[in-house]
Amino acid sequence: MSVIYIVLPLAMLLAAAGVGAFLWAVRKGQYDDLDTPPYRALFDDEDERTSPTNRDSRDA
Amino acid sequence: MTQAIAQPDEGKQAPNSDAACACTHCGLPVPTGLVVAGDHEQFCCQGCSSAYEVIHSCGLDAFYRLRAQSDLPTQRSKPTDADRLASFDSTKFHELYVMTRDDGTKVVDLLLEGVHCAACVWLVEKLPRVLPGVIEARLSMREATVRVVWNTGQVELSQIAKGLSTLGYPPHPARGGGQRAVHLAQQRGMLIRLGVSGAIAGNTMLIAFALYAGLFGGMEQQFTEFFRWISAGLGVLSLAWPGRIFFRGAWAAIRTRSPHLDLPIALALGVGGAAGLVNVVLGRGEIYFDSLTVLVFLLLVGRFIQYRQQRRADDSVALLFSLTPTNCRRVVSDEQGESVDQVPIEAVQVGDLLEVRAGELIPADGVVEFGSASVIASLLTGESRPVPIGVGEGVYGGSQLSGSTIRLRVSAVGEQSRVGRLMGLVRRGIGDKPVIIALTDRIAGWFAVAVSTIAMAVFAAWSVIDLNLAVDHTVALLIIACPCALGLATPLSLAVAIGRSARKDVLIKSGAVFDRLSGPGRLLIDKTGTMTLGAMRVEAWFGDETVRPMVAEAERQATHPIARTIVEHYGDEPMGADESVAEVQVHGRGVTAQTMRGELHVGSRPYLERWGVAVPTAYRSWAMGWAEQACTPVYVAVGGEVIAALAVGDALHADTADALARLRRWGWGVTMLTGDERAVAEQVARAVGLEVDAVQAEVTPEQKLAEVKRQAGGGPVVMVGDGVNDAAALAAADVGIAVSGGAEASMVAADVYLARPGLSGLVELIADARNCRRVIRQTLALSLTYNACAIVLAAMGLVSPLVAAVLMPLSSAAVLALAMKGHRFPKSMHVKQIKQVEQAR
Repeated sequence: MSVIYIVLPLAMLLAAAGVGAFLWAVRKGQYDDLDTPPYRALFDDEDERTSPTNRDSRDA
Repeated sequence: MTQAIAQPDEGKQAPNSDAACACTHCGLPVPTGLVVAGDHEQFCCQGCSSAYEVIHSCGLDAFYRLRAQSDLPTQRSKPTDADRLASFDSTKFHELYVMTRDDGTKVVDLLLEGVHCAACVWLVEKLPRVLPGVIEARLSMREATVRVVWNTGQVELSQIAKGLSTLGYPPHPARGGGQRAVHLAQQRGMLIRLGVSGAIAGNTMLIAFALYAGLFGGMEQQFTEFFRWISAGLGVLSLAWPGRIFFRGAWAAIRTRSPHLDLPIALALGVGGAAGLVNVVLGRGEIYFDSLTVLVFLLLVGRFIQYRQQRRADDSVALLFSLTPTNCRRVVSDEQGESVDQVPIEAVQVGDLLEVRAGELIPADGVVEFGSASVIASLLTGESRPVPIGVGEGVYGGSQLSGSTIRLRVSAVGEQSRVGRLMGLVRRGIGDKPVIIALTDRIAGWFAVAVSTIAMAVFAAWSVIDLNLAVDHTVALLIIACPCALGLATPLSLAVAIGRSARKDVLIKSGAVFDRLSGPGRLLIDKTGTMTLGAMRVEAWFGDETVRPMVAEAERQATHPIARTIVEHYGDEPMGADESVAEVQVHGRGVTAQTMRGELHVGSRPYLERWGVAVPTAYRSWAMGWAEQACTPVYVAVGGEVIAALAVGDALHADTADALARLRRWGWGVTMLTGDERAVAEQVARAVGLEVDAVQAEVTPEQKLAEVKRQAGGGPVVMVGDGVNDAAALAAADVGIAVSGGAEASMVAADVYLARPGLSGLVELIADARNCRRVIRQTLALSLTYNACAIVLAAMGLVSPLVAAVLMPLSSAAVLALAMKGHRFPKSMHVKQIKQVEQAR
C-alpha cells in the first residue's frame, strides 16, 4: 500500500499539468471567441477543395 | 434598351411581385429597368455588381454556395462613401485606433455592418486574398468585429476599408477598445477560477472517496493522515485562489453594510476551512474539504452564468457608440486660403467650422454659417420630413442633411451635444436598472443573520454536553447551511429562460426583464411598425390613372413616407413622350409641379385647399371609406381640378387585436402612442379593440419619453416601439422592447428585441416571464427548504462529512433540474405561420 506515497503525488502532478495546460489556453485567448471558430473549421475544407479549380478557371 | 414591360397593374399589386429575376449578389428582386437580357448574372444595384466583381475575380464564389446553405436573410450591399473611408488614413485616426506591432505590421479592430451568417466569416477572412498586403483578418461573429493585420508599405488602411465596404461590410472603427480589454480580462479571470476550482474539487472528491471507504472498511492510520493532509492542501488552495472572491465580496458587504450572498458563503467557507485545517494538524475530528471545494466550484458556475448575462448589456452600448458618425470635414483657413480635411469626430472642438454634404449625418450640434438645405432629424424628433434650414439656424448632431452642402460652426460636441445626451440617457438607463439578483441578496441578508444566530444557539446547547462535540456540530451546521443552491437558483433559471426565448426569436439583454414583465403593469405601444406592418402600401386608386407616372415623378423629390410609397408603386411606369414634370416644389403635406397638362398638386385635402382647389364630394366619400380602414387619402389635382385620389395605408398585423386582448386579460393597461395623425390613430385603435382614450396621437419623441415617466410608479412601465425616435423612451421605460424591422439604435436602447414581426412575440415573452418568476420562486423555495432541513439535522448532530458531501450536490442538482425542466413554455406555434406569411409577402 505504501506505493500510494508515489502514486498519489504523481496523480496530483498530472492534474496540475492539466490545469497548467488550461491556464495556458485561457491566457492565449483560446476561449475568447467561441462563436466564430466552429464556422472557420468548416470552411477551411471548402476552401481547399474549391480554390484550385477556381484558379484554373481564371488562368484558362 | 429593355424598358419596363408595362404590367396590367390594378393599383393593388406590388411592382416587384415578379421575383423571377433575383440579384446574383444579394438575392433581392432586380428592378425591371436594370435587367440585362441574356446575362446569367443580374444585379439590383451598382453596389451588388461591384461586390460580385471582387468576389468572383478573387475566386471566392464559394461564398454564394455557403450562403445558400445558411438560410439567413440576405442584405443589399450599400453604396459606399469614399470620403469617409479615406479619413481612415489620417494620422489622428491611426493615433486613436491603430496599434503597431513589434515587427512593424499594423493592427486595427473594425466594426462591420451586415455580418449575419457563417458565409460572412468565410468571406471576410479571405481579405488577404483580395488585398495583397493584408496579412490576416479575423472576424468575431458575436461582436461583428474584424481584427485586421497589415503591412503599411503594401496597402493603406483606407484601401482595406474600401475593400471591406465593396464586399458589403461597411467598416467603422471599433471604439471602446479599453472597455473590451477589461471585459476580456474579466472573462479570462472567471474561466481560470472556474477551471482551477473544478480540478481541485474533482481531485479532493477522489481522495474523499478513499477516506469514506476507509471509514467503513478500515484504513491504516498513516494513510488516513496522508489523505487528510493532501485534501487539506487542496482545500486551502481552492479557498485561497478561486475562492478568494467570496471573501473579498463578503468584506465589501461588511464595509458597505449591504446584505450580499457572499456573506453567508464566506462564513461557511472560512469556518469550515479553519476548523478542517485545525483538525488535520491535530489529527482528530472531521474535515469537510471535499464539500468545501465542490461548493466553491458550483458557486463559481453560478457567478459565471450571471456575468455572461450582464456582459451582453454592456456590449450593445459599445455597438451603438461605434455606429455614430466617426469623422467629419473640418474647414481650416490660413494664409493660402481654405482647406478641408477629414478628421475623426474626437478631434472636433467647439468653435470649429465643419462642412457637411448632402446625405451625411451632421456630426455635432452647431449653427449654420453658409448654405441652406434641409435636415431630417428623425433620430432626435421622429419627424421623418425634412425641415428647411438656413444661415444662422441651429442644427443638431445626428440629423441627416439633404439638399446641398452647408458649413456650420460647432456649438457642442460629444457628451454635450443633443445626440450625446440621448446616448448618455440610453447608457444610464441600462446601468441604472437593478438586477433581479437583488432579491437573492435580500434573502441572503437575513439568511446570514439567521444562520449565525442558530449556530450560536447550537454551540451553546451542545457545549453543555461536550465542548469538542459542540465545535464539530457548529462547523457542520455552518457548512451545510451554505446557500449554494440559493446562489445557483436565480442565475440558472434566468439563463435557461433567456436561452429558450432566443430560440423563439426573442432576444433578451438582461435577466431583470423577466422580473419586471411577470406582473401586470402599463404597456405603451407604438403604432407604426409595431401594431402595423410599418410598410406603407397604396391600397387603392380612384379616378384618372394616366397621371400616375407624373405623380410618381413629382413625388420622387419628396422624402415623406407616403411619397416614397407612391414612387415605389408607380415609379416604374413610363411617362408619355409628350409629358414632363418640372419645377417641383416639396411642401410639408404635398408637392406641386408644372406639367404639360397644367399645374399638378398632390397632397392632403388641407394642402389642396390652400392652393385653392376644392375636393369634390365623390372623392371625399370615397376617401372616407378608406379612412375607416386606417388609410390616409391623397388627392391629385391637375389644372385646379381633382382628377384622382389614392389611399395609402399601413395594414395591421394579423395578430395585433388578439395579442392586445390577451395582454389586457392578464391585467396590463395598454396605451397606444403614435406620431401619426389622431384620425388615423383612432381608426387603428378601433380596429384592434382599444378605447379611444387609450390613444395618444401626434406625440413627439420627447412626449413619448414624458409619458413613460408620467406612468411610472403604478407597476412596471413597458415601452414597445420600432423607431430610432423611440430610443429615449425605450431606455427610460422599466422594460424597453424593440420590434423587428426597427432601427439599430432602438435595438440597443431596448432590453428586449423581438426578432419577428407582430406582437405575438410580446405575448409569449410575458407568458414566459410569468413562468420564469414561478420557476425562480420554486427554486428559491426548494433551496431554502433544503437549508432549513440541513440546519435541523446539523443542530441535532446528525450531519457527518459524508452526509454533507451527499446532501450538498444533491440540493444543487435538484435546483438545476427544476430550473431546466420547470419552464413549461407553450410551444410557439405562431413562428412558422408568421414566417410563411412574411415569405409570401
